[in-house]
Order: sequence, then C-alpha cells, then structure tokens
Amino acid sequence: MAGFVERMRNGDIKSLIARNGIFVAFVAFMIAFGIGSDRFLTFDNLESVVRSSAMIGIMALGVTIVVISGNLDLSVGSMLSFGTVMVVNLHDKIGPGPAILVMMICVLLLGAVNGFLIGFVRLNSLIVTLGMLSAIQGLTLIYSGGKNVDVNPSTQDTTWFRVFGRGEVAGIDMPIIIFFALASFVGFIIAFTPYGRRVYAVGGNPTAAVFSGIRRNRVVFSTYIVSAFCVGIASIILGSRVMGSQNNVGQGYELLVLASVILGGTSLLGGSGSILKTVIGVLILGFIQNGLLLLGYPYFAQWIVTWIVIILAVWLDVAAKRGRLLSPIA
Amino acid sequence: MAETSVESVSAQANQGVKGNFRWVVRHPIWAFVVIIFLFFSLMTDTFFSLGNFENILVQTSTLGLIALGMTIVMINGNIDLSVGAVVALAASLTVDIMGWPMFESWGNWQILPAVAAGLASGVLLGALNGLIVWKTGVDAFIVTLGAMLGVRGLVFVYTGEQSFFAMNFAYSDFGASRFLGLPTLAWIFLVFTLLIHILLSRTVHGSNTYAVGDNREAAVNAGIRVGPHMMVNFMIVGFFAALAGITLSTQMGASTPNLGRDYELWVITATVLGGTKLTGGAGNIIGTFGGVLAIGILRNGMNLMQVPAFYVLVTLGVILIAVLFLDKQLNRKGDGELRI
Repeated sequence: MAGFVERMRNGDIKSLIARNGIFVAFVAFMIAFGIGSDRFLTFDNLESVVRSSAMIGIMALGVTIVVISGNLDLSVGSMLSFGTVMVVNLHDKIGPGPAILVMMICVLLLGAVNGFLIGFVRLNSLIVTLGMLSAIQGLTLIYSGGKNVDVNPSTQDTTWFRVFGRGEVAGIDMPIIIFFALASFVGFIIAFTPYGRRVYAVGGNPTAAVFSGIRRNRVVFSTYIVSAFCVGIASIILGSRVMGSQNNVGQGYELLVLASVILGGTSLLGGSGSILKTVIGVLILGFIQNGLLLLGYPYFAQWIVTWIVIILAVWLDVAAKRGRLLSPIA
Repeated sequence: MAETSVESVSAQANQGVKGNFRWVVRHPIWAFVVIIFLFFSLMTDTFFSLGNFENILVQTSTLGLIALGMTIVMINGNIDLSVGAVVALAASLTVDIMGWPMFESWGNWQILPAVAAGLASGVLLGALNGLIVWKTGVDAFIVTLGAMLGVRGLVFVYTGEQSFFAMNFAYSDFGASRFLGLPTLAWIFLVFTLLIHILLSRTVHGSNTYAVGDNREAAVNAGIRVGPHMMVNFMIVGFFAALAGITLSTQMGASTPNLGRDYELWVITATVLGGTKLTGGAGNIIGTFGGVLAIGILRNGMNLMQVPAFYVLVTLGVILIAVLFLDKQLNRKGDGELRI
C-alpha cells in the first residue's frame, strides 16, 4: 500500500495526466474559449458545434474500432459520398424507407470488400482502403453520372426522411442524439463485451490473439462492417440535413476523421484507444474551429491549430509511455 | 564434352529466362505498363505518337517528381502526407513573390527569388516534419497528417483564399518551353529521376536509406545517425513537392489555394504501384517510374478513348489492390505482418 502511494506520488500521477492529456486539453480549451468569447459557452453555440461534429463523430466511431484492431480505413470519405448520393437519389424513386435499406446494403457490401481483402486475404489496410477510396469515388460518379442529386423540393418539407438531419427530440437536434446513442452503443460493445476484448487483442498482439483461439480474420472483417455501418448512418444524416448531395461531399473526410481519432489518443499501432476518447477528440476539433471563429480568427486558422494540437497530443502520449520527452533515436 | 557445353548453354539460357522473369517479378508494374501501352496503341489512333508521349511525360511530371521523394521516405519506413499542401504553398509563394513591388525592376530575374523562396518553403517544411519525427518519436504518418491540415491552413490564410496569377509571362512560357527536342518539364522529371536513382543505388546515403528502413536498430548499431538521416529525406521530399508545385503553376500561369489536393494519395498510389513497401526497406526508382507511367498512360489513354474520368478512378483503385495482391503472391516471405 505504501508502495502504491509512493508510486502515485512519484510520477504515476504525472503519467496519468499525460496519458489522459486529452481531457485536460479539452477542459483547458473550453475555459480559454469561454473566457475569450461570451457567446462560446451558450447552449445554442454548444449545440450547433456538437451537431456539426456529429457526422465526423459517427464516422470516427467505426474508424476507432478499425484502428484499435490495428488497421486503417481511408475509404470512409468516399463511402460517405457514395452513401449520401445514393440515399438522396433513391429517395424520390423508391421512397425513403427502401432508399435507406438499399443504401445501407450497398455500403455494407463495400465494407465487406474492405474487410475481406484486409481480414481474409491479409493485404495492407492502408493501400487497400486507399484503392477503395479511389474506386468508390469513381463508383459514385458513375452512379450519379457526375451530376449533383437532390430530393424533389416539393417533398423536402413533408417527407419523414427529414427527421434524421433536421428533427428534434426534447429540444435537442437529432444528429446529436444519434451520435451519442451510437457512441454509447459502440462504446459499450467495445469496452464490456467479449467481442470488444477480441478487437483489442487482435490489435495489441495478433500472434498472441490467434494462439488464444481468436479468429483474427473474422474480427478484422467485422471491424470494417462496423465502420461501413457508421458511414451509412452518417450518410443518412447528411442526406437528410442537406436534402441533396454533391458527388465529392465526403472528399478529405477520411483524414479529418483519422485526425480526430488520433487526437483522442487511439494508437495507430492498434490495441489501445477508446470510444470516449474519440468522442472527446471529435469535440475538441469542433470546438477549436468554433472557438477560433468566435475569437475572430480566419476560418483556416483552425487547421494550423489542429496541426499543433495533434502533434502535441500524440507526443505527450508517446512521451508518457516511454518515460522521457525526447525520442532516444540518435 | 559436347554434352556438357550444350547443358551449360541451356542452363545459361534457362538462367536468362529466369533472370528476365525475376525482373518482371521484381517490377510487376512494368509488365502492366507494357500491356496498357500496347492496348492503347491498338485501341486508339492518337495514342501512339511522339507528341502524345511527350504529353504523358509532362502530365505526370508533377506526380512523378513528388513520387521520387516519396519513394525515399517510404523506403525509410516513413510516409509524407503533407506533399499536396506543400505543392499549394510553394506555388502560391512563388507566383505571389514574383509580383512583389521590390522585384519590379528586376525584369525576368524576379522569377529567381520567387522560385528560390518556393523551393525553400518546401525544404523547410520537410525539415520541420523530419525534425518532429526525429525528436518526438511520433509516427511520421501522424506528424505529416497534422502538417497536411496545418500547411493547407497556412496556404489559405496566406493567400486569403485567393488565386494568384503570374504577371510575368516568362514564367508561364517556361511551362510550355522545349529544350533539346523535349518539353523542359519532361527533362526536369527525367533528370531528377536519374539523379535520385543514382542517389539510391550508388551512394552511401542511398544504402543508409535501405538500412534504416529495413532495421532501424541495426542501422543505429552500424553507426548511422538515423534522426538526421530521416530529416534529410523529408527535406528531399519537401523539395520535390515544392518543385512540383512550381512546375504545375508554370503550366497554369497561376496558383490556387486548392492546388495539389489529394496529391498525397495519388503519389502514394504511384509509389506503391512501383513496388515500394510501406514497411520500409524495399523499393526503387525504376519501379516508381513505372508506377507513375502506369497512372499517366491510364489517364491519358482512357481519356483518348473517351472513357469518362470516373472509370479511371475505379480502374486505378482496382489495379492498386491487384498489384498489392500480386506482390503478396509473388514475393511470399512467410506470413509477413504488414504494418504502418
């Protein structure tokens, strides 16, 4: 017991703070922006930030699981374009319900292709999903013929499809509710079920996982299904909110999503990370953007700050793990 | 006596065939380049002409220049995702500085400080990336992912989200100029390809590059200063990204803040097509050159066949995965865990 207290005094507290630096940073940012702008900490502002982060957040949930299992998914941006274009385009043709169903099936199929190539054929995930990024973008353009799509303006205000992006429950916007519901669900699965432990095991030490009887191929496959499912949900929200879609609406999202996952402290090496941290990472990115705008900085200044924040966050994490600030490389 | 000589000759021939086959196995992308080259030559009337080959070289020179640097960085076991943003930064800086009032009386010489500043920005950002990777030990993927966002932000803040136009026409004339029977931009690409090939295959720095990527611990034990070494390589890729930005802006006579978007993905595609491993330690410029040509020929040929650009995207994605699959089948070495 004495030893424990001693350890806590001598640096485990430092290490604890460093390892959870993301929470500290989050609070620090909120306080700083709150002091800097009196509009920042209002309910309306907070709600609008969370709402606009919800889509990136939902995609980040799936990507977090993929990354925990030791892989990457760069195809989520293209997949978002694909899903959104498809669900919006089909809305007028076959009705909202079937449109959502067909779109989800197609997106899950794309996820299955990713999962098959990476899980069962065991190809490098970065390159496979990079290839899929390009291929799915092409598929989207082929599907839409290069034209933007939208829901017939006369039905935009009457269709129940509008609920997902524009609806409210008890005064809280629907995207936020979906985001937090999905985050809780995925977070529960990953933290408290045998499946979740298998995902961590596969990412942490694949060889040991296989020797302890985990079917690694299936676990990796399933992570891409989860990722695709999250992208499908995000597509529904985006399509419903905008009631239309450009062909490249998701372009560049893959790296933004990855940035927020990394910012949350999920290691690219796999085996560590959590949904809660990813949610914080997503919110930090959103609040940085919003706070800087409210403080009067140009829109793109947020990216420069993001640059610094990402590197500092990961640096702290790495430094805490190795017990020294600078890398020992000569 | 006669028998043995016949045997040895046939053995030699056999070895020759094997040798050639091995060359194809080592560079499967070149087999693909030959196939699509023949395909488009037969399928279109316009593909097989010297003018079109020049076109392909010029069109791919931007991608190709960056791919040269990316190859080195990837052999090192690192990656650089910030190249697309550096393309935009260098182009914007160069085109903007050229028009500064202080250089007004310089005539065409005003291009010189502008290009120098553009190239310097790339080298400096490369040095910054390299320094962070070296000193913090954070994975290059994350460091350059951050830089990709941050540098793009810098570009937008610097340009005020505006496009710049080159008022000095000598600058845009350079993009269309010719030298010894080839477009100058094609020369730039070819010469740098040769230089980097020599750097990688004939110099100490080149063998260090493979050593560091293959086994970092061993490289440290062999006395290579891994940190500074990696930093130099990041500076090289930064230089090439900046150079590509400048050649791209000479072609357009302008720069836009969105220039080079998604280039990082295309460049990585070209490099991986060429057989460079993300895990480091393997790859070469011959392969990368093939990968760049494959993308160039595919885009150009499908364009000439009037296939919509959409199908090029699908084809490229499928080919990238197919090459990876083939590579795994052909170069099976145990059950290697591919990791970034």
